[in-house]
Amino acid sequence: MVREFLYPEYEVFRNAGRCNSCRRCVTECANQVHYYDDKTGAMAERNEACVNCHRCVAYCPQKALKIIKSDHCFKANANWSRHTIEEVYRQADGGGVLLSSMGTPLDFPNYWDRLLLNASQVTNPSIDPLREPMETRVYLGPKTQEIRRDSRGRLADNRPKRLELSSPILFSAMSFGSLSLNAHTALAKAAQALGTLYNTGEGGLHRTLYPYGANTIVQVASGRFGVHKEYLAAGAAIEIKMGQGAKPGIGGHLPGYKNVGEVARTRMTPDGSDAISPAPHHDIYSIEDLRQLVYSLKEATDYQKPVIIKIAAVHNVGAIASGIARSGADIIAIDGFRGGTGAAPTRIRDNVGIPVELALAAVDRRLRQEGIRGNVSLIAGGSIHSSADVAKAIALGADAVYIGTAALLAMGCHLCRSCQLGRCNWGIATQVAELSRRLDPEEAAQRLVNLVTAWTHEIKELMGGMGINSIEALGGNRLMLRAVGLNEKELEILGVKHAGE
Amino acid sequence: MRIDAAQLDFKELNRIIKSAADQEILIENCLGQRYIAGGLAGKTVRIFGTPGNALGAYLDGGKIIVHGNAQDAAGDTMNDGEICVYGSAGDAAGYSMRGGRIFVRESIGYRAGIHMKESRDKAPVLVVGETTGHFLGEYQAGGKIIVLGLNCPADQSPVGPFCATGMHGGRIYIRSNTLLRHLPPQIIAAEAVEEDMAEIREELEEFSRLFNVKMEKILDRTFYVLKPDSKNPYKQLYVLH
Repeated sequence: MVREFLYPEYEVFRNAGRCNSCRRCVTECANQVHYYDDKTGAMAERNEACVNCHRCVAYCPQKALKIIKSDHCFKANANWSRHTIEEVYRQADGGGVLLSSMGTPLDFPNYWDRLLLNASQVTNPSIDPLREPMETRVYLGPKTQEIRRDSRGRLADNRPKRLELSSPILFSAMSFGSLSLNAHTALAKAAQALGTLYNTGEGGLHRTLYPYGANTIVQVASGRFGVHKEYLAAGAAIEIKMGQGAKPGIGGHLPGYKNVGEVARTRMTPDGSDAISPAPHHDIYSIEDLRQLVYSLKEATDYQKPVIIKIAAVHNVGAIASGIARSGADIIAIDGFRGGTGAAPTRIRDNVGIPVELALAAVDRRLRQEGIRGNVSLIAGGSIHSSADVAKAIALGADAVYIGTAALLAMGCHLCRSCQLGRCNWGIATQVAELSRRLDPEEAAQRLVNLVTAWTHEIKELMGGMGINSIEALGGNRLMLRAVGLNEKELEILGVKHAGE
Repeated sequence: MRIDAAQLDFKELNRIIKSAADQEILIENCLGQRYIAGGLAGKTVRIFGTPGNALGAYLDGGKIIVHGNAQDAAGDTMNDGEICVYGSAGDAAGYSMRGGRIFVRESIGYRAGIHMKESRDKAPVLVVGETTGHFLGEYQAGGKIIVLGLNCPADQSPVGPFCATGMHGGRIYIRSNTLLRHLPPQIIAAEAVEEDMAEIREELEEFSRLFNVKMEKILDRTFYVLKPDSKNPYKQLYVLH
């Protein structure tokens, strides 16, 4: 019945004068929106199947297509929007939990856009990054606590194992299973070319990607998919996933129809079985238990791999991070509630968690207050949109950032938010061979390299303008930030002054 | 190689075990050191005393023999090899193991064998001689869990409540006069028939041999077998948005 209740949200607009019925759109669309109507002798479309991913638009040789938002409307109602009404229809029809993908599309405040960066004028002159060296290299892991010397007075190298990044941008955890192997390969190649790291997510590491180990973060989640000695040894660091910004308090369910073939083999699960990663790690009920998992991983890898704990940004995140910083972990990753996902219950995605800007500032302040900020590095993620957001995150206390959605966009994602369907026309979030082969890993890797290179250059320009020539000098440097249009409480939490002060 | 663990902390003890050229290692006076034999392969570690939590985590082969009790998280995410406990084991033993075998002569704590899974070339086995705590085989996605209930009174269940919650693969075999009550709705439970018993024959014989328990004793009660009705328990949960 729901079909009759729901009018298509998008309509395919076909310029009849340009369309020559070549049917390229038919081959490109896995949602079977386009077809040739024998009766009329013209192309036609099933608008209700359109997810607005722009594949047909991009590949139409005649440029005859565009997608328009339907102007069909319900009776005007400020209280019940079309969106809300249709959600009720869907649930009344299917009786299930609404499932969505990618980050929340709702209009929550974006604090990055309310923060402005400083620039030098007259005194402490700005630096030209094209002419003078600018350091964007960062090291993630504990800072050395004491300087030791050997018997001859030379500096002894007692530095803990840390990660070296050429730029403070990492690719965040996205599993093989939610992404195609070609997408994973592109991330691995780009990370290697850039001197940074990508993250396997919880789906294990495909055997063809072991050569990229030095640029790989291997993730350990509650289901422990694909986790074994060789996997742990393969990566440069190990991330324990405690939470994810898009779905705090919720685990992951890779449906059986996606958990097949190489995906199931890599996850070390039975073919076609749901891959269930519950919300809690059932062996972790305290910071002490977390410490046990951290140390069991460190013991199994001879203390050669820094351990990252990834948490969702939630209430009391400062106290949680304080516990984690005492657990033996080397790095804390904080994922804000606007972060993306291959599939999450809509209500969780749109209503649970807090913005990463506030969480990051709160964690950085709490750790500094307790004198343990040097024990760990901080990675912030969950909707980093641009190089300016990176610079602002670093000034708010992050050592580096994770980018996920931006990386997907670079590879060709059009943010149609339909990953959960498994029919990604761009070959990114699908396991259908005919679709995933549309993504050329070399080309996608190059686009990722281009993006991060461009952002890094922009970061250098922003730093130069502030008269800062090393990214570490921007770390937690809130004097470089001013806010516009925020209230006293927001300013207090962010630890930032208002513009004009 | 013989190690007196009495004065060693876990880091030092594990360093010695890993760097030992000897394939046979004997640990005496073990006093709760954690992470023993984590990620190890190809060695036989015999322990007298009490090893601490996460014994044989990520074990990748070889053998661990405990003459005493093991604590929590023994065989966590174990990939291969064998852990044999001449006593009891704590909570979360065999968490997410996908290969190898764990034999426990006596009892085991809560959440044993949870997340156990199998893949093409690997299937894990957990055999418990006496009883288990709550949540045995929670989220189980593969492999075999066998509970023998030896020394368990005939009118009591050898398995605690909430057994097989969220189970969607593998099998749980329970030696008991009566079937567990309150099993989750997705579990199909039945008296083991000849084919079921043939599936666990080898493991039962190994248990009998290891702990010197006669096969006639093991087979003198009924076995029940639990299996899930679907490997896709969440299929009906969602409405696509």
